Amino acid sequence: MIHQLPKMARIPAIILCGIILSVLLGPFLFPHAYELPGEQTYTPPSLVHLCGTDLNGRDLLLRILQGGRISLLVGICGAGISLIIGTSYGLIAGSSSRSVDNTMMRFVDILYSVPRLIFILIFINAFNERLQLAASNYGWDWLVGSSRLVILILSLGIIEWLTMARIVRGQTLTLSERSYVAAARVLGEGYWTILWRHLLPNLAGIILVYLTLAIPSVIIDEAFLSFLGLGVQAPQSSWGSLLAEGASSINPLKGAWWMILFPSLALLTTLLALYSLGDALRRSISAKNS
Amino acid sequence: MLRRLASLPVVLFCVVTITFFLVRLSPGGPFDSERKLPKEIEKQLLAKYKLDGPVLAQYTGYLKDLLHGDLRLSTKYRNRSVNEIMAQTLPVTLTLGATALLIAVTTGVWLGAFAAARPRTPAEGAALAMTLLAISLPSFVLGPILILVFSIKLSWLPVGGWGSLLQLILPAVTLAIPYAAVIARLLHDSLRETLAEDFIRTARAKGLSEGAVVYRHALRVAILPVISYLGPLAANLLTGSIVVETIFHIPGAGGFFVNSILNRDGFLLGGVVIVYCVLLVIFNLLVDLSYRLLDRRIMEQ
Repeated sequence: MIHQLPKMARIPAIILCGIILSVLLGPFLFPHAYELPGEQTYTPPSLVHLCGTDLNGRDLLLRILQGGRISLLVGICGAGISLIIGTSYGLIAGSSSRSVDNTMMRFVDILYSVPRLIFILIFINAFNERLQLAASNYGWDWLVGSSRLVILILSLGIIEWLTMARIVRGQTLTLSERSYVAAARVLGEGYWTILWRHLLPNLAGIILVYLTLAIPSVIIDEAFLSFLGLGVQAPQSSWGSLLAEGASSINPLKGAWWMILFPSLALLTTLLALYSLGDALRRSISAKNS
Repeated sequence: MLRRLASLPVVLFCVVTITFFLVRLSPGGPFDSERKLPKEIEKQLLAKYKLDGPVLAQYTGYLKDLLHGDLRLSTKYRNRSVNEIMAQTLPVTLTLGATALLIAVTTGVWLGAFAAARPRTPAEGAALAMTLLAISLPSFVLGPILILVFSIKLSWLPVGGWGSLLQLILPAVTLAIPYAAVIARLLHDSLRETLAEDFIRTARAKGLSEGAVVYRHALRVAILPVISYLGPLAANLLTGSIVVETIFHIPGAGGFFVNSILNRDGFLLGGVVIVYCVLLVIFNLLVDLSYRLLDRRIMEQ
């Protein structure tokens, strides 16, 4: 599979696979004691604790791997939701009449220039406790513990679809002028059939490319919220909340630099790999088209 | 243009309505966290902060107060009005945001033009790789690292705080770097496209130097996507400044915003959001106007 990717995309793709595998399987390799609060608080990196320990004496590397599960989960699910919203919105705007299209895209412009994350912060706060209450009423235990995570994923998906909608709409406009779409129209195929059978399959490539670019944006947003203490909450942790802990543990008196360096590296590597993968794929597609 | 101007009150009305009902939907009132208050006092408090009566009447009352420029009282910082708090904190946030905007645009444009003027060279590759790295460095990663290096290890710059020019450098740079990279990539792509056009070939054929071609002719056209990005950029900078203010302990509006969520301080929360949105809508209008002016001038030429 890796051979089919363009040359520039291979290295980031391999790095990403490595990150996903180590985040999924890595935590199983640690002894259970590493997860529990211990005596050795704030020990610098050593052979026993490769990335040092945190305030409570827990192993930082293990926490980074566990946090990575949450960060990647939020990123992938959130981007998936944004993909569904963005693609439908873009498809409908691009294939509708001029005035509908104009209004829909004007709405996207307005949303672009509004501080969306700020609204999401209020939104999460407003609905988290309600969801928790509803979940415990219905007896959905799994939802009670992770209601905040679920609402986080939903709300990040709700705000990150704008770019996707713009791209899909632009592509739809060009594709609509191709002869096979005109042929389908002449053959009397309905509006939705044309969307589903002719336009969507041809958009798949570009949608996938922008999915790889949407994932890092969602991961950044999640880290932003968790950094402020308004996203993922203990006992769960993500790279954002680890970074928040790290930022609060550096000051001129005690420089626990590992607390900030290693979570940063984890986040940076992942974002860099995703962005360069998306960028390489985007370039290869636009080169193919021209 | 007039249509845009007309859409301004509509957007603001939506913003106010959404904010009001989201805040009201949050469970628990602003006085819940304290000791259980006697009924009488609670009633008085609710009346003082205009939180009594049916929700719809509260909403219309709030709208009326807003039209008079009154953002009401903060329920947490007793006896201080939201207007007062905003008047103290907003200049701080705006100074930080404007400095970051300036840094982002100047470095971004410079780096983008630098890369685009050297197609298929190692310099272009290095510049583009650098921008990818910078985009992957959100402020909450970059900020603590910059503090660690420049404040704690090297002691060149203060760890945080507000007031002197030195204290402005690290937060503004932290806020600006990812967006400088976005602008650089945007400008690079649009410059490469512009440089392939006919009028550039004419300019080259006239014997103009490469520098004159890029900076005097191509840049004017290629800058347009950067200008239309300024609106979203301002929104991102205002949002981003919330984190940067937290990291560098800057007494701006962002910190009050986070606290107001935690304290269920509805009117302060609403005040920050509404003021931010008013600023952004006006800024976008100005950007739109300058885009049209520039675009028309280019068309005329």
